[in-house]
Amino acid sequence: MLTLIAQLTIDAADIAAAFLFLYGLWRMSSPVTAPAGIFLAGIGMLAAILASFLYAFNVSAAARVQLPINIALAIVALAAGGGAAWWSGRKVMMTSMPQMVALYNGLGGGAAGTIAAAELLGNRMHGPAQLLATLAGALIGAVSLSGSLIAWAKLDGVINKPLRIKGQQLLNGLAMLITLAVGGYIAFSVLAGIAPVIALPTLIYLFFACALIFGVLMTLPIGGADMPVVISIYNAFTGLAVGFEGFVIQNPALMVAGMVVGAAGTLLTLLMAKAMNRSISNILFTRFGTATKHKQGSIVGNLKPTDPADAGIAMRYASSVIIVPGYGLAVAQGQQKLYEFVKLLQAAGVTVRFAVHPVAGRMPGQMDVLLAEAGVPYELIVQLEDINDDFANTDIALVIGANDVVNPAARSDKSSPIFGMPILNVDKAKRVFVIKRGEGKGYAGIVNILFYGDNCNMVYGDAQAVLIKMIEAVRGLGLSSAA
Amino acid sequence: MIITGVVGLYIFMLAAFSGWVIIGGVPAILHTPLMSGSNFVHGIVVVGGLYTLLNASTVQEQVIGFFAVLLGAGNVAGGYAVTGRMLAMFQSAPHKAAHAKRSHAKASHSKKA
Repeated sequence: MLTLIAQLTIDAADIAAAFLFLYGLWRMSSPVTAPAGIFLAGIGMLAAILASFLYAFNVSAAARVQLPINIALAIVALAAGGGAAWWSGRKVMMTSMPQMVALYNGLGGGAAGTIAAAELLGNRMHGPAQLLATLAGALIGAVSLSGSLIAWAKLDGVINKPLRIKGQQLLNGLAMLITLAVGGYIAFSVLAGIAPVIALPTLIYLFFACALIFGVLMTLPIGGADMPVVISIYNAFTGLAVGFEGFVIQNPALMVAGMVVGAAGTLLTLLMAKAMNRSISNILFTRFGTATKHKQGSIVGNLKPTDPADAGIAMRYASSVIIVPGYGLAVAQGQQKLYEFVKLLQAAGVTVRFAVHPVAGRMPGQMDVLLAEAGVPYELIVQLEDINDDFANTDIALVIGANDVVNPAARSDKSSPIFGMPILNVDKAKRVFVIKRGEGKGYAGIVNILFYGDNCNMVYGDAQAVLIKMIEAVRGLGLSSAA
Repeated sequence: MIITGVVGLYIFMLAAFSGWVIIGGVPAILHTPLMSGSNFVHGIVVVGGLYTLLNASTVQEQVIGFFAVLLGAGNVAGGYAVTGRMLAMFQSAPHKAAHAKRSHAKASHSKKA
Protein backbone atom coordinates (compact mmCIF):
# COMPACT_ATOMS: atom_id res chain seq x y z
CA MET A 1 0.00 0.00 0.00
CA LEU A 2 2.74 2.41 1.04
CA THR A 3 4.75 1.64 -2.10
CA LEU A 4 1.68 2.26 -4.24
CA ILE A 5 0.99 5.65 -2.62
CA ALA A 6 4.66 6.56 -2.97
CA GLN A 7 4.67 5.64 -6.65
CA LEU A 8 1.45 7.55 -7.31
CA THR A 9 2.85 10.64 -5.58
CA ILE A 10 6.02 10.46 -7.67
CA ASP A 11 3.95 10.09 -10.84
CA ALA A 12 1.75 13.05 -9.91
CA ALA A 13 4.76 15.27 -9.14
CA ASP A 14 6.51 14.24 -12.36
CA ILE A 15 3.52 14.92 -14.58
CA ALA A 16 3.01 18.30 -12.89
CA ALA A 17 6.68 19.09 -13.45
CA ALA A 18 6.51 18.14 -17.14
CA PHE A 19 3.44 20.33 -17.60
CA LEU A 20 4.99 23.29 -15.75
CA PHE A 21 8.17 23.03 -17.85
CA LEU A 22 6.18 23.28 -21.08
CA TYR A 23 3.95 26.02 -19.68
CA GLY A 24 6.92 27.94 -18.26
CA LEU A 25 8.80 27.87 -21.57
CA TRP A 26 5.62 28.89 -23.37
CA ARG A 27 5.36 31.94 -21.10
CA MET A 28 8.77 33.01 -22.42
CA SER A 29 7.05 34.29 -25.56
CA SER A 30 7.13 37.77 -23.96
CA PRO A 31 9.50 39.53 -21.55
CA VAL A 32 6.43 40.47 -19.47
CA THR A 33 5.30 36.92 -18.73
CA ALA A 34 8.71 35.21 -18.77
CA PRO A 35 9.72 35.75 -15.10
CA ALA A 36 6.51 34.10 -13.88
CA GLY A 37 7.11 31.28 -16.37
CA ILE A 38 10.53 30.34 -15.06
CA PHE A 39 9.19 30.57 -11.50
CA LEU A 40 6.45 28.04 -12.28
CA ALA A 41 8.98 25.74 -13.94
CA GLY A 42 11.04 26.05 -10.76
CA ILE A 43 8.06 24.95 -8.64
CA GLY A 44 7.64 21.93 -10.88
CA MET A 45 11.31 21.06 -10.53
CA LEU A 46 11.20 21.37 -6.74
CA ALA A 47 8.14 19.12 -6.54
CA ALA A 48 9.76 16.47 -8.75
CA ILE A 49 13.00 16.51 -6.72
CA LEU A 50 11.22 16.24 -3.36
CA ALA A 51 8.90 13.49 -4.60
CA SER A 52 11.79 11.42 -5.95
CA PHE A 53 12.89 10.75 -2.35
CA LEU A 54 9.81 8.51 -2.20
CA TYR A 55 11.71 6.07 -4.44
CA ALA A 56 13.08 4.95 -1.07
CA PHE A 57 9.83 3.02 -0.44
CA ASN A 58 10.33 0.88 -3.50
CA VAL A 59 13.91 -0.36 -3.65
CA SER A 60 15.40 -3.85 -3.81
CA ALA A 61 16.32 -5.70 -0.62
CA ALA A 62 20.01 -5.22 -1.37
CA ALA A 63 19.57 -1.47 -1.67
CA ARG A 64 17.28 -1.24 1.36
CA VAL A 65 20.08 -1.88 3.85
CA GLN A 66 22.02 0.96 2.22
CA LEU A 67 19.10 3.41 2.32
CA PRO A 68 20.17 5.59 5.27
CA ILE A 69 23.60 6.09 3.67
CA ASN A 70 22.09 6.68 0.24
CA ILE A 71 19.59 9.26 1.48
CA ALA A 72 22.34 11.06 3.38
CA LEU A 73 24.52 11.01 0.25
CA ALA A 74 21.62 12.37 -1.80
CA ILE A 75 21.07 15.28 0.57
CA VAL A 76 24.80 16.08 0.68
CA ALA A 77 25.02 15.94 -3.14
CA LEU A 78 21.96 18.14 -3.60
CA ALA A 79 23.20 20.70 -1.08
CA ALA A 80 26.79 20.76 -2.35
CA GLY A 81 26.06 20.74 -6.10
CA GLY A 82 23.03 22.98 -5.83
CA GLY A 83 24.61 25.37 -3.35
CA ALA A 84 27.82 25.87 -5.31
CA ALA A 85 25.98 26.39 -8.59
CA TRP A 86 23.41 28.73 -7.03
CA TRP A 87 26.14 30.85 -5.48
CA SER A 88 28.11 31.06 -8.73
CA GLY A 89 24.93 31.76 -10.70
CA ARG A 90 23.95 34.67 -8.46
CA LYS A 91 27.27 36.45 -8.71
CA VAL A 92 28.42 35.75 -12.29
CA MET A 93 28.72 38.83 -14.50
CA MET A 94 26.37 39.11 -17.46
CA THR A 95 29.32 39.25 -19.88
CA SER A 96 30.41 35.85 -18.53
CA MET A 97 26.98 34.31 -19.08
CA PRO A 98 27.95 32.18 -22.12
CA GLN A 99 30.64 30.25 -20.26
CA MET A 100 28.37 29.83 -17.22
CA VAL A 101 25.57 28.39 -19.35
CA ALA A 102 28.11 26.11 -21.03
CA LEU A 103 29.31 24.94 -17.63
CA TYR A 104 25.82 24.21 -16.23
CA ASN A 105 25.00 22.46 -19.48
CA GLY A 106 28.09 20.28 -19.13
CA LEU A 107 26.98 19.33 -15.60
CA GLY A 108 23.64 18.12 -16.96
CA GLY A 109 25.36 16.11 -19.69
CA GLY A 110 27.65 14.61 -17.09
CA ALA A 111 24.69 13.64 -14.90
CA ALA A 112 23.02 11.90 -17.84
CA GLY A 113 26.29 10.14 -18.64
CA THR A 114 26.79 8.90 -15.08
CA ILE A 115 23.23 7.54 -14.92
CA ALA A 116 23.97 5.65 -18.13
CA ALA A 117 27.18 4.34 -16.54
CA ALA A 118 25.22 3.00 -13.54
CA GLU A 119 22.74 1.28 -15.84
CA LEU A 120 25.46 -0.24 -18.03
CA LEU A 121 27.67 -1.42 -15.16
CA GLY A 122 24.70 -2.79 -13.21
CA ASN A 123 23.40 -4.36 -16.46
CA ARG A 124 19.85 -3.30 -15.62
CA MET A 125 18.62 -2.65 -19.16
CA HIS A 126 15.68 -4.63 -20.45
CA GLY A 127 15.84 -5.46 -24.12
CA PRO A 128 17.68 -4.03 -27.11
CA ALA A 129 15.77 -0.71 -27.23
CA GLN A 130 16.81 0.20 -23.69
CA LEU A 131 20.38 -0.92 -24.29
CA LEU A 132 20.72 1.23 -27.40
CA ALA A 133 19.10 4.21 -25.66
CA THR A 134 21.52 3.82 -22.74
CA LEU A 135 24.53 3.73 -25.05
CA ALA A 136 23.28 6.68 -27.10
CA GLY A 137 22.61 8.69 -23.92
CA ALA A 138 26.03 7.76 -22.55
CA LEU A 139 27.79 8.85 -25.75
CA ILE A 140 25.90 12.13 -26.18
CA GLY A 141 26.04 12.98 -22.47
CA ALA A 142 29.79 12.37 -22.25
CA VAL A 143 30.49 14.38 -25.43
CA SER A 144 28.32 17.18 -24.06
CA LEU A 145 30.19 17.13 -20.73
CA SER A 146 33.73 17.33 -22.10
CA GLY A 147 32.74 19.55 -25.04
CA SER A 148 30.96 22.02 -22.77
CA LEU A 149 33.94 22.13 -20.42
CA ILE A 150 36.22 23.01 -23.34
CA ALA A 151 33.70 25.63 -24.50
CA TRP A 152 33.69 27.04 -20.96
CA ALA A 153 37.51 27.15 -20.91
CA LYS A 154 37.62 28.90 -24.28
CA LEU A 155 34.98 31.48 -23.38
CA ASP A 156 36.53 32.09 -19.99
CA GLY A 157 39.94 32.66 -21.56
CA VAL A 158 41.59 29.62 -19.97
CA ILE A 159 42.22 28.42 -23.51
CA ASN A 160 42.66 31.49 -25.64
CA LYS A 161 43.42 30.17 -29.09
CA PRO A 162 41.62 27.63 -31.22
CA LEU A 163 43.90 24.63 -31.36
CA ARG A 164 44.32 23.55 -34.94
CA ILE A 165 46.65 20.85 -36.14
CA LYS A 166 47.26 19.16 -39.46
CA GLY A 167 44.95 16.25 -40.13
CA GLN A 168 42.59 17.32 -37.38
CA GLN A 169 39.50 16.33 -39.32
CA LEU A 170 40.97 12.88 -39.88
CA LEU A 171 41.82 12.56 -36.18
CA ASN A 172 38.33 13.66 -35.12
CA GLY A 173 36.70 11.28 -37.59
CA LEU A 174 38.89 8.47 -36.27
CA ALA A 175 37.99 9.30 -32.65
CA MET A 176 34.31 9.20 -33.54
CA LEU A 177 34.65 5.87 -35.36
CA ILE A 178 36.54 4.26 -32.46
CA THR A 179 33.92 5.49 -29.97
CA LEU A 180 31.09 4.14 -32.11
CA ALA A 181 32.95 0.85 -32.62
CA VAL A 182 33.45 0.34 -28.87
CA GLY A 183 29.78 1.17 -28.25
CA GLY A 184 28.70 -1.18 -31.03
CA TYR A 185 30.86 -3.96 -29.61
CA ILE A 186 29.28 -3.51 -26.14
CA ALA A 187 25.81 -3.70 -27.70
CA PHE A 188 26.75 -6.78 -29.74
CA SER A 189 28.27 -8.70 -26.85
CA VAL A 190 25.41 -7.94 -24.45
CA LEU A 191 22.69 -8.70 -26.97
CA ALA A 192 24.30 -11.84 -28.38
CA GLY A 193 25.29 -12.98 -24.89
CA ILE A 194 28.90 -13.55 -25.97
CA ALA A 195 31.57 -12.58 -23.46
CA PRO A 196 33.69 -9.76 -24.93
CA VAL A 197 37.46 -10.05 -25.36
CA ILE A 198 38.02 -7.44 -22.65
CA ALA A 199 35.96 -7.61 -19.43
CA LEU A 200 32.68 -5.74 -19.89
CA PRO A 201 33.22 -3.10 -17.15
CA THR A 202 36.62 -2.22 -18.64
CA LEU A 203 35.01 -1.96 -22.05
CA ILE A 204 32.35 0.39 -20.64
CA TYR A 205 35.00 2.62 -19.05
CA LEU A 206 36.86 2.61 -22.37
CA PHE A 207 33.67 3.67 -24.13
CA PHE A 208 33.22 6.66 -21.80
CA ALA A 209 36.89 7.62 -22.14
CA CYS A 210 36.59 7.59 -25.94
CA ALA A 211 33.41 9.67 -25.87
CA LEU A 212 34.99 12.23 -23.52
CA ILE A 213 38.09 12.50 -25.70
CA PHE A 214 35.95 12.89 -28.79
CA GLY A 215 34.08 15.78 -27.15
CA VAL A 216 37.37 17.54 -26.38
CA LEU A 217 38.80 17.03 -29.87
CA MET A 218 35.59 18.19 -31.53
CA THR A 219 35.45 21.47 -29.59
CA LEU A 220 39.13 22.47 -29.52
CA PRO A 221 39.41 23.77 -33.10
CA ILE A 222 36.25 25.91 -32.98
CA GLY A 223 36.84 29.66 -32.77
CA GLY A 224 35.32 32.16 -30.33
CA ALA A 225 32.90 33.76 -32.78
CA ASP A 226 31.35 30.35 -33.53
CA MET A 227 30.53 29.78 -29.87
CA PRO A 228 26.81 30.69 -30.16
CA VAL A 229 26.38 27.63 -32.36
CA VAL A 230 28.50 25.38 -30.16
CA ILE A 231 26.61 26.27 -26.97
CA SER A 232 23.29 25.66 -28.71
CA ILE A 233 24.45 22.27 -30.01
CA TYR A 234 25.62 21.06 -26.61
CA ASN A 235 22.38 22.26 -25.05
CA ALA A 236 20.50 20.11 -27.56
CA PHE A 237 22.90 17.20 -26.91
CA THR A 238 22.34 17.25 -23.15
CA GLY A 239 18.59 17.41 -23.74
CA LEU A 240 18.72 14.33 -25.96
CA ALA A 241 20.92 12.46 -23.48
CA VAL A 242 18.49 13.24 -20.64
CA GLY A 243 15.58 12.10 -22.82
CA PHE A 244 17.28 8.78 -23.62
CA GLU A 245 18.17 8.11 -19.99
CA GLY A 246 14.57 8.94 -19.06
CA PHE A 247 13.48 6.12 -21.33
CA VAL A 248 16.01 3.76 -19.77
CA ILE A 249 14.91 4.40 -16.19
CA GLN A 250 11.29 4.55 -17.38
CA ASN A 251 10.65 8.12 -16.29
CA PRO A 252 8.43 10.00 -18.79
CA ALA A 253 9.12 13.40 -17.16
CA LEU A 254 12.78 13.09 -18.14
CA MET A 255 11.79 11.93 -21.62
CA VAL A 256 9.50 14.92 -22.20
CA ALA A 257 11.81 17.55 -20.66
CA GLY A 258 14.88 16.16 -22.41
CA MET A 259 13.26 16.01 -25.81
CA VAL A 260 11.76 19.51 -25.50
CA VAL A 261 15.23 20.87 -24.77
CA GLY A 262 16.65 18.78 -27.60
CA ALA A 263 14.19 20.44 -29.97
CA ALA A 264 14.89 23.89 -28.51
CA GLY A 265 18.63 23.50 -28.88
CA THR A 266 18.27 22.23 -32.45
CA LEU A 267 16.06 25.17 -33.42
CA LEU A 268 18.45 27.72 -31.92
CA THR A 269 21.42 26.00 -33.56
CA LEU A 270 19.78 26.27 -36.97
CA LEU A 271 18.86 29.93 -36.36
CA MET A 272 22.43 30.78 -35.38
CA ALA A 273 23.93 28.94 -38.34
CA LYS A 274 21.54 30.78 -40.66
CA ALA A 275 22.50 34.13 -39.14
CA MET A 276 26.15 33.31 -39.81
CA ASN A 277 25.40 32.06 -43.31
CA ARG A 278 27.20 28.79 -42.65
CA SER A 279 26.13 25.18 -42.41
CA ILE A 280 26.50 23.40 -39.08
CA SER A 281 29.02 20.92 -40.46
CA ASN A 282 31.00 23.87 -41.82
CA ILE A 283 31.23 25.40 -38.34
CA LEU A 284 32.11 22.12 -36.63
CA PHE A 285 34.52 20.65 -39.11
CA THR A 286 36.01 23.44 -41.21
CA ARG A 287 38.55 26.03 -40.44
CA PHE A 288 37.05 29.40 -41.20
CA GLY A 289 38.68 31.70 -43.72
CA THR A 290 41.08 29.22 -45.25
CA ALA A 291 38.80 27.52 -47.75
CA THR A 292 39.07 30.26 -50.34
CA LYS A 293 41.60 33.02 -50.65
CA HIS A 294 39.28 35.93 -51.15
CA LYS A 295 40.43 38.59 -53.58
CA GLN A 296 39.39 41.93 -52.25
CA GLY A 297 37.80 44.08 -54.95
CA SER A 298 39.25 47.54 -55.42
CA ILE A 299 37.94 49.90 -52.75
CA VAL A 300 36.58 53.28 -53.68
CA GLY A 301 36.95 56.06 -51.15
CA ASN A 302 39.00 56.30 -48.00
CA LEU A 303 38.67 56.10 -44.24
CA LYS A 304 37.54 59.41 -42.74
CA PRO A 305 38.34 59.63 -39.04
CA THR A 306 36.40 62.10 -36.95
CA ASP A 307 36.37 63.41 -33.41
CA PRO A 308 34.09 61.81 -30.77
CA ALA A 309 32.73 65.23 -29.79
CA ASP A 310 31.72 66.06 -33.38
CA ALA A 311 30.00 62.69 -33.77
CA GLY A 312 28.16 63.15 -30.47
CA ILE A 313 26.94 66.62 -31.38
CA ALA A 314 25.83 65.44 -34.84
CA MET A 315 23.63 62.82 -33.17
CA ARG A 316 22.28 65.38 -30.73
CA TYR A 317 20.89 67.40 -33.66
CA ALA A 318 19.59 64.39 -35.61
CA SER A 319 15.96 63.39 -35.37
CA SER A 320 16.51 59.62 -35.53
CA VAL A 321 19.46 57.43 -34.55
CA ILE A 322 19.85 53.65 -34.73
CA ILE A 323 22.64 52.12 -32.66
CA VAL A 324 24.23 48.83 -33.70
CA PRO A 325 26.05 47.32 -30.71
CA GLY A 326 28.54 44.49 -31.27
CA TYR A 327 30.70 42.30 -29.09
CA GLY A 328 33.35 45.04 -29.00
CA LEU A 329 30.99 47.14 -26.87
CA ALA A 330 30.72 44.35 -24.30
CA VAL A 331 34.50 43.87 -24.31
CA ALA A 332 34.95 47.58 -23.53
CA GLN A 333 32.19 47.35 -20.85
CA GLY A 334 30.58 50.37 -22.50
CA GLN A 335 26.87 49.46 -22.17
CA GLN A 336 26.19 51.72 -19.17
CA LYS A 337 27.85 54.73 -20.80
CA LEU A 338 26.03 54.00 -24.04
CA TYR A 339 22.64 54.12 -22.33
CA GLU A 340 23.65 57.30 -20.49
CA PHE A 341 24.42 58.85 -23.90
CA VAL A 342 21.13 57.55 -25.32
CA LYS A 343 19.17 59.12 -22.45
CA LEU A 344 20.82 62.46 -23.24
CA LEU A 345 19.77 62.13 -26.88
CA GLN A 346 16.23 61.15 -25.90
CA ALA A 347 15.97 64.13 -23.59
CA ALA A 348 16.90 66.28 -26.57
CA GLY A 349 14.08 64.74 -28.58
CA VAL A 350 16.05 62.27 -30.70
CA THR A 351 14.34 58.97 -31.48
CA VAL A 352 16.87 56.28 -30.56
CA ARG A 353 16.62 52.55 -31.14
CA PHE A 354 19.02 49.62 -30.89
CA ALA A 355 19.43 47.16 -33.76
CA VAL A 356 20.66 43.74 -32.67
CA HIS A 357 22.08 41.11 -35.01
CA PRO A 358 21.31 37.49 -34.02
CA VAL A 359 24.99 36.62 -33.55
CA ALA A 360 26.01 39.77 -31.68
CA GLY A 361 27.73 38.24 -28.66
CA ARG A 362 29.02 34.83 -27.68
CA MET A 363 25.66 33.13 -27.31
CA PRO A 364 22.26 33.71 -28.95
CA GLY A 365 20.70 36.90 -27.63
CA GLN A 366 23.59 37.88 -25.36
CA MET A 367 23.62 41.50 -26.58
CA ASP A 368 19.94 41.86 -25.64
CA VAL A 369 20.73 40.75 -22.09
CA LEU A 370 23.69 43.14 -21.82
CA LEU A 371 21.53 46.06 -22.97
CA ALA A 372 18.76 45.06 -20.57
CA GLU A 373 21.31 44.93 -17.76
CA ALA A 374 22.34 48.52 -18.56
CA GLY A 375 18.69 49.51 -18.14
CA VAL A 376 17.65 49.83 -21.79
CA PRO A 377 13.88 49.17 -22.00
CA TYR A 378 13.16 46.17 -24.22
CA GLU A 379 10.87 48.20 -26.51
CA LEU A 380 13.96 50.03 -27.79
CA ILE A 381 15.80 46.81 -28.66
CA VAL A 382 14.83 45.74 -32.17
CA GLN A 383 15.91 42.61 -34.04
CA LEU A 384 17.47 42.57 -37.50
CA GLU A 385 14.42 41.62 -39.57
CA ASP A 386 12.20 44.21 -37.86
CA ILE A 387 14.50 47.21 -38.26
CA ASN A 388 16.43 46.63 -41.47
CA ASP A 389 14.03 48.58 -43.69
CA ASP A 390 14.16 51.58 -41.34
CA PHE A 391 17.84 52.41 -41.89
CA ALA A 392 17.02 54.20 -45.15
CA ASN A 393 14.82 56.69 -43.24
CA THR A 394 17.31 57.18 -40.42
CA ASP A 395 19.55 60.20 -40.01
CA ILE A 396 22.43 58.54 -38.25
CA ALA A 397 23.49 54.94 -37.63
CA LEU A 398 26.06 54.44 -34.86
CA VAL A 399 28.03 51.19 -35.07
CA ILE A 400 29.93 50.21 -31.91
CA GLY A 401 32.32 47.28 -31.95
CA ALA A 402 30.55 45.46 -34.77
CA ASN A 403 32.14 44.73 -38.13
CA ASP A 404 31.19 41.76 -40.29
CA VAL A 405 27.48 42.01 -39.46
CA VAL A 406 27.34 45.49 -41.06
CA ASN A 407 29.52 44.76 -44.11
CA PRO A 408 27.51 45.49 -47.30
CA ALA A 409 29.76 43.03 -49.16
CA ALA A 410 27.41 40.35 -47.83
CA ARG A 411 24.75 41.80 -50.14
CA SER A 412 26.79 42.87 -53.15
CA ASP A 413 30.08 40.98 -53.47
CA LYS A 414 29.48 37.41 -54.66
CA SER A 415 33.14 36.47 -54.14
CA SER A 416 33.13 37.54 -50.48
CA PRO A 417 33.24 34.74 -47.87
CA ILE A 418 30.33 36.39 -46.06
CA PHE A 419 28.18 36.76 -49.19
CA GLY A 420 24.57 35.90 -48.38
CA MET A 421 24.90 36.44 -44.63
CA PRO A 422 22.03 38.52 -43.29
CA ILE A 423 23.45 41.92 -42.32
CA LEU A 424 22.15 45.13 -40.83
CA ASN A 425 21.75 47.63 -43.68
CA VAL A 426 23.65 50.36 -41.86
CA ASP A 427 25.12 51.73 -45.11
CA LYS A 428 21.65 52.90 -46.16
CA ALA A 429 21.42 55.42 -43.33
CA LYS A 430 22.05 59.07 -44.24
CA ARG A 431 25.16 59.19 -42.06
CA VAL A 432 27.14 56.47 -40.32
CA PHE A 433 29.54 56.69 -37.38
CA VAL A 434 31.66 53.67 -36.52
CA ILE A 435 33.35 53.43 -33.13
CA LYS A 436 36.27 51.05 -33.49
CA ARG A 437 39.48 50.33 -31.64
CA GLY A 438 41.63 50.64 -34.74
CA GLU A 439 41.78 49.90 -38.44
CA GLY A 440 41.84 46.12 -38.00
CA LYS A 441 39.66 43.69 -39.88
CA GLY A 442 36.72 41.75 -38.50
CA TYR A 443 36.58 38.11 -37.53
CA ALA A 444 36.15 37.03 -41.14
CA GLY A 445 39.37 38.87 -42.04
CA ILE A 446 37.82 40.95 -44.78
CA VAL A 447 37.81 44.67 -45.38
CA ASN A 448 34.51 46.37 -44.61
CA ILE A 449 33.48 48.53 -47.57
CA LEU A 450 30.98 50.32 -45.31
CA PHE A 451 33.86 52.16 -43.64
CA TYR A 452 34.95 53.62 -46.99
CA GLY A 453 31.52 54.91 -47.96
CA ASP A 454 30.90 58.64 -48.50
CA ASN A 455 28.39 58.71 -45.64
CA CYS A 456 30.67 57.02 -43.10
CA ASN A 457 33.03 58.49 -40.49
CA MET A 458 35.30 56.51 -38.20
CA VAL A 459 35.70 57.30 -34.52
CA TYR A 460 38.77 55.47 -33.27
CA GLY A 461 39.25 54.50 -29.66
CA ASP A 462 38.00 52.35 -26.80
CA ALA A 463 34.20 52.30 -26.92
CA GLN A 464 33.78 53.37 -23.31
CA ALA A 465 36.29 56.24 -23.60
CA VAL A 466 34.69 57.47 -26.83
CA LEU A 467 31.22 57.38 -25.30
CA ILE A 468 32.39 59.40 -22.30
CA LYS A 469 33.72 62.07 -24.70
CA MET A 470 30.42 62.08 -26.60
CA ILE A 471 28.46 62.52 -23.36
CA GLU A 472 30.70 65.43 -22.32
CA ALA A 473 30.28 67.07 -25.73
CA VAL A 474 26.48 66.82 -25.68
CA ARG A 475 26.31 68.01 -22.05
CA GLY A 476 28.58 70.90 -23.03
CA LEU A 477 25.83 72.23 -25.27
CA GLY A 478 24.18 73.52 -22.14
CA LEU A 479 21.18 71.24 -22.08
CA SER A 480 22.44 68.99 -19.32
CA SER A 481 19.45 69.86 -17.17
CA ALA A 482 17.21 68.29 -19.79
CA ALA A 483 18.70 64.91 -18.94
CA MET B 1 4.21 1.28 -15.83
CA ILE B 2 6.26 0.00 -18.72
CA ILE B 3 7.20 2.29 -21.59
CA THR B 4 8.08 0.16 -24.59
CA GLY B 5 10.30 1.32 -27.41
CA VAL B 6 7.36 2.26 -29.62
CA VAL B 7 5.55 4.16 -26.86
CA GLY B 8 8.87 5.87 -26.12
CA LEU B 9 9.11 7.02 -29.73
CA TYR B 10 5.60 8.47 -29.54
CA ILE B 11 6.51 10.40 -26.37
CA PHE B 12 9.72 11.65 -28.00
CA MET B 13 7.90 12.71 -31.14
CA LEU B 14 5.17 14.61 -29.31
CA ALA B 15 7.63 16.26 -26.91
CA ALA B 16 9.99 17.28 -29.72
CA PHE B 17 7.10 18.70 -31.70
CA SER B 18 5.68 20.72 -28.80
CA GLY B 19 9.18 21.87 -27.90
CA TRP B 20 9.79 23.07 -31.46
CA VAL B 21 6.48 24.97 -31.55
CA ILE B 22 6.85 26.50 -28.07
CA ILE B 23 10.46 27.56 -28.62
CA GLY B 24 9.64 28.93 -32.07
CA GLY B 25 7.35 31.44 -30.34
CA VAL B 26 10.10 32.88 -28.14
CA PRO B 27 11.34 36.25 -29.47
CA ALA B 28 15.04 36.58 -30.34
CA ILE B 29 15.50 39.17 -27.58
CA LEU B 30 14.96 36.38 -25.01
CA HIS B 31 17.17 33.76 -26.64
CA THR B 32 19.84 33.83 -23.92
CA PRO B 33 17.35 33.36 -21.03
CA LEU B 34 15.59 30.78 -23.20
CA MET B 35 18.82 28.86 -23.55
CA SER B 36 19.63 28.99 -19.85
CA GLY B 37 15.98 28.26 -19.06
CA SER B 38 15.90 25.16 -21.24
CA ASN B 39 19.26 24.32 -19.69
CA PHE B 40 17.50 24.47 -16.31
CA VAL B 41 14.69 22.24 -17.63
CA HIS B 42 17.04 19.41 -18.59
CA GLY B 43 18.29 19.61 -15.02
CA ILE B 44 15.35 17.27 -14.31
CA VAL B 45 18.05 14.67 -14.88
CA VAL B 46 18.74 15.09 -11.15
CA VAL B 47 15.58 13.05 -10.54
CA GLY B 48 17.16 10.21 -12.50
CA GLY B 49 20.28 10.66 -10.41
CA LEU B 50 18.26 10.37 -7.19
CA TYR B 51 16.60 7.22 -8.54
CA THR B 52 20.00 5.73 -9.31
CA LEU B 53 21.48 6.71 -5.94
CA LEU B 54 18.55 5.44 -3.85
CA ASN B 55 18.66 2.12 -5.71
CA ALA B 56 22.41 1.75 -5.23
CA SER B 57 23.52 -1.40 -3.42
CA THR B 58 27.27 -1.38 -4.04
CA VAL B 59 29.91 1.23 -3.31
CA GLN B 60 30.53 1.66 -7.03
CA GLU B 61 26.84 2.43 -7.61
CA GLN B 62 26.80 4.81 -4.66
CA VAL B 63 29.76 6.74 -6.04
CA ILE B 64 28.21 6.96 -9.51
CA GLY B 65 24.80 7.91 -8.09
CA PHE B 66 26.36 10.55 -5.85
CA PHE B 67 28.03 12.21 -8.83
CA ALA B 68 24.85 12.01 -10.89
CA VAL B 69 22.94 13.90 -8.16
CA LEU B 70 25.80 16.34 -7.57
CA LEU B 71 26.09 17.26 -11.26
CA GLY B 72 22.33 17.32 -11.80
CA ALA B 73 21.79 19.56 -8.76
CA GLY B 74 24.42 21.96 -10.14
CA ASN B 75 22.60 22.03 -13.46
CA VAL B 76 19.25 22.80 -11.80
CA ALA B 77 20.38 25.44 -9.31
CA GLY B 78 22.77 27.22 -11.67
CA GLY B 79 20.31 27.22 -14.55
CA TYR B 80 17.53 28.63 -12.40
CA ALA B 81 19.71 31.29 -10.74
CA VAL B 82 21.02 32.79 -14.00
CA THR B 83 17.68 32.59 -15.83
CA GLY B 84 15.83 34.33 -13.01
CA ARG B 85 18.45 37.05 -12.82
CA MET B 86 18.40 37.73 -16.55
CA LEU B 87 14.62 37.80 -16.88
CA ALA B 88 14.36 40.27 -14.01
CA MET B 89 16.50 42.69 -16.06
CA PHE B 90 14.14 43.01 -18.99
CA GLN B 91 12.08 46.05 -18.17
CA SER B 92 9.54 48.04 -20.05
CA ALA B 93 10.13 51.72 -20.81
CA PRO B 94 9.25 53.90 -17.83
CA HIS B 95 6.23 56.07 -18.52
CA LYS B 96 8.11 59.29 -18.05
CA ALA B 97 10.45 58.50 -20.97
CA ALA B 98 7.55 57.97 -23.33
CA HIS B 99 5.92 61.10 -21.98
CA ALA B 100 9.07 63.19 -22.31
CA LYS B 101 9.42 62.20 -25.96
CA ARG B 102 5.82 63.15 -26.70
CA SER B 103 5.93 66.47 -24.87
CA HIS B 104 9.14 67.36 -26.62
CA ALA B 105 7.56 67.02 -30.04
CA LYS B 106 5.24 69.84 -29.12
CA ALA B 107 7.30 72.07 -26.89
CA SER B 108 10.84 73.39 -26.61
CA HIS B 109 13.60 72.35 -24.20
CA SER B 110 12.90 75.28 -21.92
CA LYS B 111 9.83 73.52 -20.62
CA LYS B 112 11.90 70.78 -19.08
CA ALA B 113 14.80 73.00 -18.12
